[in-house]
Amino acid sequence: MNAHLTRRYLFSASHRLHSAEMSAEENRETYGKCNNPHGHGHNYALEVTVSGRVDESTGMICNLVDLDGCVEQEVLSRYNLENLNVLQEFAKTVPTTENLCIEIFEILQRSFPYAHLERVRLEETMMNSFEYSGGREVPYR
Amino acid sequence: MVYLTRKAEFSASHYYHNPEFSAEENLRLFGKCNNPNGHGHNYTLEVTVKGDVDSRSGFVVDLKQLKEVMQQEVLEAMDHRFLNKEVPEFLHRIPTTENLAIAVWQRLQPKLKKAQLHRVRVYETPDLFVDFYGEE
Repeated sequence: MNAHLTRRYLFSASHRLHSAEMSAEENRETYGKCNNPHGHGHNYALEVTVSGRVDESTGMICNLVDLDGCVEQEVLSRYNLENLNVLQEFAKTVPTTENLCIEIFEILQRSFPYAHLERVRLEETMMNSFEYSGGREVPYR
Repeated sequence: MVYLTRKAEFSASHYYHNPEFSAEENLRLFGKCNNPNGHGHNYTLEVTVKGDVDSRSGFVVDLKQLKEVMQQEVLEAMDHRFLNKEVPEFLHRIPTTENLAIAVWQRLQPKLKKAQLHRVRVYETPDLFVDFYGEE
């Protein structure tokens, strides 16, 4: 039997939305207050969904200790209490939550071998959330 | 196709243990969840059904019927219970969130009349949930 497991984590980070390819006016128009020069912060909620067969002997898709450990080491320790704009992966990419979602998905896809990575979902605020499933079109789940 | 989700809550205790493993292996795999005295959760259950909207009633499913089935088939069996000792599925299967979602699906599906069961989601805590979509 295949099932999907989702685990939720919290981290806080700051960012500024600004593109070097746009003029100051275009940046202001595109990003509004998110273009303010000193940046701003969010308490992000990260949901990681993995899938796989439920192991008969453990009743688990994967051990949460492994998932939590990987997310802590590869994602939370990297982004928690950081300024995203100063990180190397956002040197030339605007650290929108879309791009952060993609980045976290690709990090976990490389580093978590115990189950299939289905989706990364990020809540930027209580009103905005973003999901990425590796570029696949997925039917409503 | 319209999807309808009904939520319910129940409180239960459980522990994780495989009698075919040694004591050390059980502790290594399950950590504190292996404590035989058990521990508890306030589970949240979300049952999602799907179907076309009936042109006369405007319903995908009779919600009264769905609520009754959930109450009879799941909540009465599991609410305020020690899952390992009192729920037949878990006498010999570990009551992980994964196995709970599967067990709820297996209890509900044969009892739902018009609408099709799409997903069972079980939250063990607000930060951990499992989705089961039936045999894929």
